[in-house]
Amino acid sequence: MPSLITHSPILIIAIPLAAAFLTLPIGMASRKARNALVIVSLAFVVFLVFALARDISINGIHVYTLGATSPDLTIPKGFMVPVRIILEVDSMSVLMGIIWSIVALAAAIFSLSHIANETGQNRFYTLLLLMVAGGFGIMFTGDLFNLFVFLEITSISGAALIAFRTRFADAQEGGFKYIVVSAIASLMVLFAIGLLYAQYNLLNIGALAQVIQYTTLDKIALALLVIAFTIKAGMVPLHLWLPDAYSVAPASITGMLLITSHACMYAAFRVCFTLYGGMLNTPVVGWIIIIFGLLSMFVGVTMALIQKDVMRFMSYHAISQLGYMWVGVGVGLAVLGNAGLVDSYGKAAMSGGIFHILNDAMYMPLLFFIGGALFHCTGTRDFTQMGGLAHKLKWTTILFIIGSLCISGIPPFNGFSSKILIYESVYQFHPILTIAGIIVSILILASFIKVFHSAFMGAELSEYKAVKEVPRSMIIAMVILAAGIVFITLFPSLIVNWTIHPASDALINQGGYINAVTGAIP
Amino acid sequence: MEHIPFNFPFLAAALLVGISLYIIIFKKNLIKLIMGVAMLASGVNLFLVALGYRAGGASPIYTNVLERPMVLPVPQALTLTSIVINVAVLALMLTIVIRIYRHTGSLDSEKSRKMKG
Repeated sequence: MPSLITHSPILIIAIPLAAAFLTLPIGMASRKARNALVIVSLAFVVFLVFALARDISINGIHVYTLGATSPDLTIPKGFMVPVRIILEVDSMSVLMGIIWSIVALAAAIFSLSHIANETGQNRFYTLLLLMVAGGFGIMFTGDLFNLFVFLEITSISGAALIAFRTRFADAQEGGFKYIVVSAIASLMVLFAIGLLYAQYNLLNIGALAQVIQYTTLDKIALALLVIAFTIKAGMVPLHLWLPDAYSVAPASITGMLLITSHACMYAAFRVCFTLYGGMLNTPVVGWIIIIFGLLSMFVGVTMALIQKDVMRFMSYHAISQLGYMWVGVGVGLAVLGNAGLVDSYGKAAMSGGIFHILNDAMYMPLLFFIGGALFHCTGTRDFTQMGGLAHKLKWTTILFIIGSLCISGIPPFNGFSSKILIYESVYQFHPILTIAGIIVSILILASFIKVFHSAFMGAELSEYKAVKEVPRSMIIAMVILAAGIVFITLFPSLIVNWTIHPASDALINQGGYINAVTGAIP
Repeated sequence: MEHIPFNFPFLAAALLVGISLYIIIFKKNLIKLIMGVAMLASGVNLFLVALGYRAGGASPIYTNVLERPMVLPVPQALTLTSIVINVAVLALMLTIVIRIYRHTGSLDSEKSRKMKG
C-alpha cells in the first residue's frame, strides 16, 4: 500500500494509457469484457486519486521523478538543476484530479448506452481513455514541455471524439474547429516554452520559478501562455469554437471536454501563480483575467438566452460559469503582491473560484448528460419541439431540476455556496463584480425556467407517446454526479476546509512548490 | 555556417509564423488553412532548433566530450517530439476535412458551415 501511494502519480496516468491500448484487442473478443475493463480501470483510478489526496493532505506536496532510482530524487547527483521529468502533485492538482476521475468514470458509464448503436465503439473507448490520461498529465506534471505534450494528447483525442459520429456533418465541423484552435493554442504554448528555455535552460516549473527574472521576453511568454490557455478554456472573446464543438460531441464527451477546459484554466493559474508568482506584484494581469471573466459571464448567458438547441444552450452556460471562476481567482491574482489584502479577501475570492470549479464540474456535466438523454429519447436537440417529457422521464426531470437549481445558485444547493463565497470577497475588491455576478445568476435562472417549461412541462405530446425512461447506465452516470452535488450541498464547510482552502493555499504558496523540487539536493 | 548572421534563423522563423498566421486568418479554403497550421508548426520548430545552435558547434551525438563546443541537445529533442505530435494533428485534420467534403461537397469554410450563432 505505501509503495502504491508512492507510485500513484504515474499509475494514475499509466493505467488509463495501458487500458486504452488493451481496449482494442479485448473489444474484438468480447464487448462485455471491454466495458468491464474500461469501468474497472477508471474506478481504480478514482480510488488511487482519493488515496493520493489523503496522502497529500497528511504529508504535503507529492513529487515523483520519472526514471530516478528513488522517486523523490528530483536532482540527480552531479547536477545543479532537475533534468528528469518530474510529476508534482499538490492540493490544487489533486483537487482537479478528483474532479477529472469522477467525471471520466461517469462519462464512461454514460457512454455504455449513449453510443451503444454506433460503429467503432472499441476506438471510442481507446480515445476516451487516452483523453483521461492526457487530462491527468496536464494536472499532475511539474514540467512545462510535458504540459504541452499532454495538452496535445487531450486535444487530439478530444477532436477525434467530437467528430466520432461521422454521419453528422455538424460533428465534423465542430471537430475540425476544435483541432485547429487547439493546434494553434498548443503551438503558442510551445513558442512560450522556447522563450523561457532560451533564457534559463530549464523546463521544470519549480526550478524556473526560482530563477525567473521577469524580463521582456518573460512577459511575452506569460502573455502567450495566458492567451493560449484562455483560447483552450474557451473564454470570451476567444470562445467561438466552444459551442460548435461542445454541442455536436456525444454528450458524455461534452462533459469531459468541459473538464479539459477547467484543466487549461488550472494550467493558466499554475503559470500565473507558481511560475511567475512573486513577480506579478502589479494588478494588471489579475485585471485582464477578471475582464475576460466578466465578458464570459455576460456574453455566455446572453447568447444562451436565444438558443434553441439544448446542447448549444448549455455550452453557452458553461462559458458563463467559467467566467465566475476567472473572476474569483483573478481577484486573488490582482492582490497577490499585497499580503494584507490576500489575507483579508484575496484568499477567500480564490477559494470561491476554486470551489466553483468543483461545483461546476458536478452540475455542468450532469446538465450535458441530460441534454444527451433528451437527444437519445426524442432524436432532436431542439427543445422548442419537445414538450411534456416529465410524464415519461421521471428520473431525468428530477435530475434536471437539481442541476438547474445548482447552476442558478439557488440556496441551499452547492452552486449557491461557491457563488456566495465569490460575491462576499470580490465585493471588497470592486462592488461591480458582485453586482454583475448576481445579474448573470438571475439570467441563468430565467433561461433554465424557459427550457424546463418548454421541454418537460405541459401535456404529453403525441409524437413522444412511445418515449421510455432512458437506459439504466445513463441514469447511474447522472446519479453519480447528482450524489456529488448532494454531498457538497449537505457539507459545504467540510469540503471547503478539507479541499478548497488547501488548494488556494497551494496556489499562493509558491515557495512550497519550488522547495519540493529543489529542496531535495543530496 | 559561420558566414550566416546569428539572427538569420530567428528572422526566418518569424517570417514563417507571420505568413502562417495570415493564411490561417484570411484564407477560406480548408486545405490552405491546414497548410497554414503546418507552416506555423515549422516556424515554431525552426525557432526551437535555432535556440540550441552554437556557431561551429558539433552534433550532440558523441559519448566522449569534444574540444569544440557542442550544439544543445534538449531543443532538438523537443523539436522531434513536436514534429511527431504535429504529424498526428495534421493527419487528423485532413481526415476530418475529407469527411466535411463528403458531407457538404465543398472545401470553402463559408459554404461548408452549418452552425451559426
